[in-house]
Amino acid sequence: MLSIKNLHASIGDKEILRGINLEIKAGEVHAIMGPNGAGKSTLASIIAGNENYEVTDGKILLENEDISELAPEERAHKGVFLSFQYPVEIPGVSVTNFMRTAINETRKAKGLEEMPANEMLKLIREKSELLEIDRKFLSRSLNEGFSGGEKKRNEIFQMAMLEPKIAILDETDSGLDIDALRIVANGVNKLKNKNNAVLVITHYQRLLDYIVPDFVHVLMDGRIVKSGGKELAYELEEKGYDWIKQEQEA
Amino acid sequence: MELKEKLLSSFMAFEERIDVHSDLYDVRTSAIKNFENKGFPTKKEEAWKYTSLNTILKNDFSVFPKTENTIQYSDVKKYFLHEIDSYKVVFIDGVFSSFLSSTTHDGIDVCLMSSVLTKPKYKMIIDSYFNKVASKDESLTSLNTAFANEGAYINIPKSKVADKPIEIMYFSTGKEVALLVQPRNLIIVGENSHVQIIERHQSLNENPVLTNSVTEIFAQKRAIVDYYKIQNDNLEANLIDNTYVSQKLESTVSVNTFSFGGNLTRNNLNFYHLGERIVSNLNGITIIGDKQHVDHYTLVQHAQPNCESHQDYKGIFSDRSIGVFNGKIFVEKEAQKTNAFQKSNNILLSDKATINAKPQLEIFADDVKCSHGCTIGQLDETAMFYMQSRGIPKKEAKALLMYAFSNAVIESIKIPELKQRITTIIANKLGVKLGFDL
Repeated sequence: MLSIKNLHASIGDKEILRGINLEIKAGEVHAIMGPNGAGKSTLASIIAGNENYEVTDGKILLENEDISELAPEERAHKGVFLSFQYPVEIPGVSVTNFMRTAINETRKAKGLEEMPANEMLKLIREKSELLEIDRKFLSRSLNEGFSGGEKKRNEIFQMAMLEPKIAILDETDSGLDIDALRIVANGVNKLKNKNNAVLVITHYQRLLDYIVPDFVHVLMDGRIVKSGGKELAYELEEKGYDWIKQEQEA
Repeated sequence: MELKEKLLSSFMAFEERIDVHSDLYDVRTSAIKNFENKGFPTKKEEAWKYTSLNTILKNDFSVFPKTENTIQYSDVKKYFLHEIDSYKVVFIDGVFSSFLSSTTHDGIDVCLMSSVLTKPKYKMIIDSYFNKVASKDESLTSLNTAFANEGAYINIPKSKVADKPIEIMYFSTGKEVALLVQPRNLIIVGENSHVQIIERHQSLNENPVLTNSVTEIFAQKRAIVDYYKIQNDNLEANLIDNTYVSQKLESTVSVNTFSFGGNLTRNNLNFYHLGERIVSNLNGITIIGDKQHVDHYTLVQHAQPNCESHQDYKGIFSDRSIGVFNGKIFVEKEAQKTNAFQKSNNILLSDKATINAKPQLEIFADDVKCSHGCTIGQLDETAMFYMQSRGIPKKEAKALLMYAFSNAVIESIKIPELKQRITTIIANKLGVKLGFDL
C-alpha cells in the first residue's frame, strides 16, 4: 500500500529524516513511536506533501505509484489522509460545507460528477453517527472554538467521509480524555478494513491499547532504529527510549 | 481648462439655473469659496498622503450631463437586491429616473433631494439638517455642497421601522466621454426608528467617471441605522465618498463598506456623537487587485460619556493594488467610559501590493478603553496545507481562507439576501466555484 524508500528530508540546512524505510501493506496498522524531536511529525507531514520540507533523496510510493512529487491535494485525491495534531480553525466555513468542498474536489479530480445533495446528507449522517457526533456540531465553523477532543473527533469524521487508502494519525491522542480517546479509536477501528491501512504516530502507548498495531517502529534522529510487534510499545512505555539509544551505540 | 477652473466657472451658470432659496445661496457661495481657496487635495496634505487624484483630474470631465439618458431595467436588474421588496431611488448620470425608482411618501419619505431643496414645505428640514454635519472645511465636501442638487432624501419619522430596505443606486451610462457626478444624500432617522439602506454606484461602460458624493445621516434618539455601501464598479470608475453621521442618545449606526471594484475609491467616513450610550460600527471588506486603489479614512469623534465605537476593516490585496487605512479616534475630555476599538487586518497576496495603515488616537479623557491593531500578513501556510491535505486545490483553499478572513465582517450583514450577494461577489472576485454558496 504505502512504501517509503530511503527517504531523506530537510528544512533549510537541517536534515530531519535520514533514510527512512517503511513498508505498509493493505490491512495493516503500523505505529511510529519515538522521543520528541525524532522527526515523527515531519514524516507524517512529508507523506501528505507538506512543501515546507525538501525531500533530498528517496521515494514515497502509494500502490506502486511514486507520489513524492505530487501536490498535497493530489495525494489526497489518490487516498492519503493526514489527521493533524493541531487542526486549523476556519471561521465562517461549516464542517459540512468544508466536507462538501473536499469531497467534490476529490470527485472532480477523478472525473466524477458532484455528489448529489441527498447522497451527501446521507453520508454525513452515517459517518457522524459512527463517531457519535451531534448533528448541530456539523453546522459550526470548522474547528473554531472546538475543544481538543472535538477537533480530533472532527479529524476522524473527515477521514470517515474521505475514505482514504492510507490514514496517518499524527498524535491523535494528544489532548484527549479517556472517553474521547475511546470514541476516536472506535471510529478508526470501524473504518479499518483489509483494503486500507493506518499509520499511527504517537508519543505514548496509551492510544495503542485501543488501536492495536501490527507493527511498531521506533524513530530516532531521523531513522527507524527498531521495529517489532505490539509488545515493543509496552516495552517502550515501561523502559523509555534510552535503552534503545544504548543498544544503538553498542 | 483645468477641472477646477471649469467647476468655478460653471458654478455661476449653475446658480442661475437652480431655483435656490436665499439661505442655500449663502451655503453654496461659502462652499465654492472654500473649494476655490483649497482646490483639490494633493499628497502634500496629511489626509491625502497616500492617495493622489492627479491622474484622474486630467480627464476632461463634463460637469453636467448634456442629454438625459435612459437605460432598460433588464440591463441593470442584476445590480438591485430586490425587484419588489425594496424602495429604490435611482439616478442615471446624476439625474433621477422615475422609471427605475420606487419611492414613497406613505409613512416614510423616500424621495428626491431636488424636491426637498426646492419645495417650501421642506424648508424646515433644509434649515435644520442640510450641511449641518458635513464638513465646511474639507474642500471636496464643499465642492459637493456648492453643486448639491440631486440625490436621495430619506426621512423615517419617529417610532417607525422602514418595512423594506432602501436601495440608492447611481448609474452612469458612459454616454458622456467623462463625467463628474456629485450626488447629495440626506438621511434622517427619527427617534426609535429603524432603517436599512444600501448604496451603490455603478458605471455601465468604460468611460471614466468621477463621483464625489456626500451623505449626511442623522440618527435621533435610539434610532438604528444599517448602512451598506457596495463598491464593485468597473476599472474606470472613481469614487470619493464623504459620509457624515450625527448620532443622538442611545442610537446605533453601522456603516459597512464593501470595496471590490473601481479604479480609485476614497471613503471619508465620519461619526459625531451628540449623546450618551451611542454605538457606532464601521466595518469594511476590501478585496482588490490590478492597480486598484482603496483608501479608508475614518473618524470617530467621541464627545459624550459611555459611548462605544467598533471599527473592523479587512483587506486583501493582490497584483499592484494599494490599500490605505487611516483611522482616527478622538476622545474628548467629557467622553469618560468610552470604549473605542479599531482593527485593520490585511493580507498581501503579491510582493507588489501595498497597504498603508495608520491608526490615530487622540485621547483627552482619563477613564477610557481604546485599542487599535493593524496586522499585515500573508495567507497562513499551515492552514493552506491543512485544506490541501483534504483534497482542496490551492486556488479553492486560498478562496476559503480569504472568506474565513473576512468572515467577521460578512457576519455583520443583517440582510440575508445582501449577505448572499456579497459572498457571491467575493467568490467571483476570487474566481472559484465551491461545493456550496460562498
